[in-house]
Amino acid sequence: MSSAISTTIEEDEDLWGGGKKPFKASYGKLMMWFFIVSDALTFSGFLVAYGFSRYKNIDSWPIADEVFNHFPFLHGVDAPMYYVALMTFVLIFSSVTMVLAVDAGHHMQKDRVVFYMALTSIGGAIFVGSQAWEWKNFISGEYGAVETRGGQIYQFVYKDNPKKRVGLEEIALEIPGDRIQNESNKGIWFSNEPTLPSFTLEEVVSGFKSNSEILIKTEKIDAKGHKIILSREESLEKINQAKYVVEGANLVRNEYGNRLFADFFFFITGFHGFHVLSGVIINIIIFFNVLVGTYERRGHYEMVEKVGLYWHFVDLVWVFVFTFFYLV
Amino acid sequence: MENSTHKLEIFRGLLKFKSNQTKIWGVLIFLSIVTTIEVVLGIIKPEILMNTFLSTKLINWIFIILTLVKAYYIAWDFMHLRDETNGLQASIVITLLFLIAYLVFIILVEGNYIYDVLYEGFVSWNF
Repeated sequence: MSSAISTTIEEDEDLWGGGKKPFKASYGKLMMWFFIVSDALTFSGFLVAYGFSRYKNIDSWPIADEVFNHFPFLHGVDAPMYYVALMTFVLIFSSVTMVLAVDAGHHMQKDRVVFYMALTSIGGAIFVGSQAWEWKNFISGEYGAVETRGGQIYQFVYKDNPKKRVGLEEIALEIPGDRIQNESNKGIWFSNEPTLPSFTLEEVVSGFKSNSEILIKTEKIDAKGHKIILSREESLEKINQAKYVVEGANLVRNEYGNRLFADFFFFITGFHGFHVLSGVIINIIIFFNVLVGTYERRGHYEMVEKVGLYWHFVDLVWVFVFTFFYLV
Repeated sequence: MENSTHKLEIFRGLLKFKSNQTKIWGVLIFLSIVTTIEVVLGIIKPEILMNTFLSTKLINWIFIILTLVKAYYIAWDFMHLRDETNGLQASIVITLLFLIAYLVFIILVEGNYIYDVLYEGFVSWNF
């Protein structure tokens, strides 16, 4: 029995050396698919967790169009979706240049592989840069809001134009005071505090009370999918519950609404952006390998195909992030 | 793949391409059209698509279906799954479809349940 087994193995010397090709796909490609399937499950775990929190807070979740409405050089213009659509096109286009590089590799055309790999890396870098700009806008915020003791975010809108939000600098009355941020080099060495908002709560609340043209926009969503805006009387009553001035976003609180919204934004787009960044780095490494002729000597460009699989997967994930974070 | 045989038709043979490169550009055009439709719908948000079907808005169903269509063409044409064996296609797609559909179902039902508990409960969460 044992001799029978050993003879078959000896006859089949490719069996444990990677020579056998299950599914007619090479070892490297199959392993890349293993990785892609497991990574797809990781991403779906994140997106489903996002869906869980959204279903749990279905009547108060922030509306993406009202959060991501910036476009370069169009300051103050309400431009929902355009920027993220542009990012999507950049990523799809870099996917196309990648698949063209793979195609050129099959025909052993080194110069074309070099050209398309360079374009792919540039496209990826543009995408990562765009995402950095998106993060910058998200973190710094534009208008500011107040948070209540119960963790609700109140934004401010004009009475005659409820679609237009009011920035804190237009509301706040200046109250003279010399409150400065406590840093470890100013008071006791072990005590400090986070950055103070531009306006104190008293300035915002007293300014709000004296300006009858401003209303509170709550987190709650009505049946038509719009945020509920309080009347002036209700607003005056609710403003007394304000506890914090919130400007922009961090992992604890954000001016857009539910705290988890910013956490998921940072986590999911950050994890995806990290994938793009590592993809760009791998692309650049492969680019130089092609340039010095490594795969020309090896006789095939399968490595380009394998990083191509990874790169397309990153694009694939973005298609889902785009849908579930920005569209739905 | 070494013998570079590509299947050069998409839409079940409705559209045939002469070379792999023209097929790639064709798929790019198709993906761009789908993305443009998504963006336009997302900006206009037609009132008629705000009706719900299976407790999800029609517009969101359209977004999800278009996303799956895009995912199919990225996987099949950019990741060359169209040229792989049926066994490899099935082991990737069925695994992911089953696990993700199960996860989505069970977690979203749970999220909805927790919403109901918080909404109908006697405890006020907005104090």
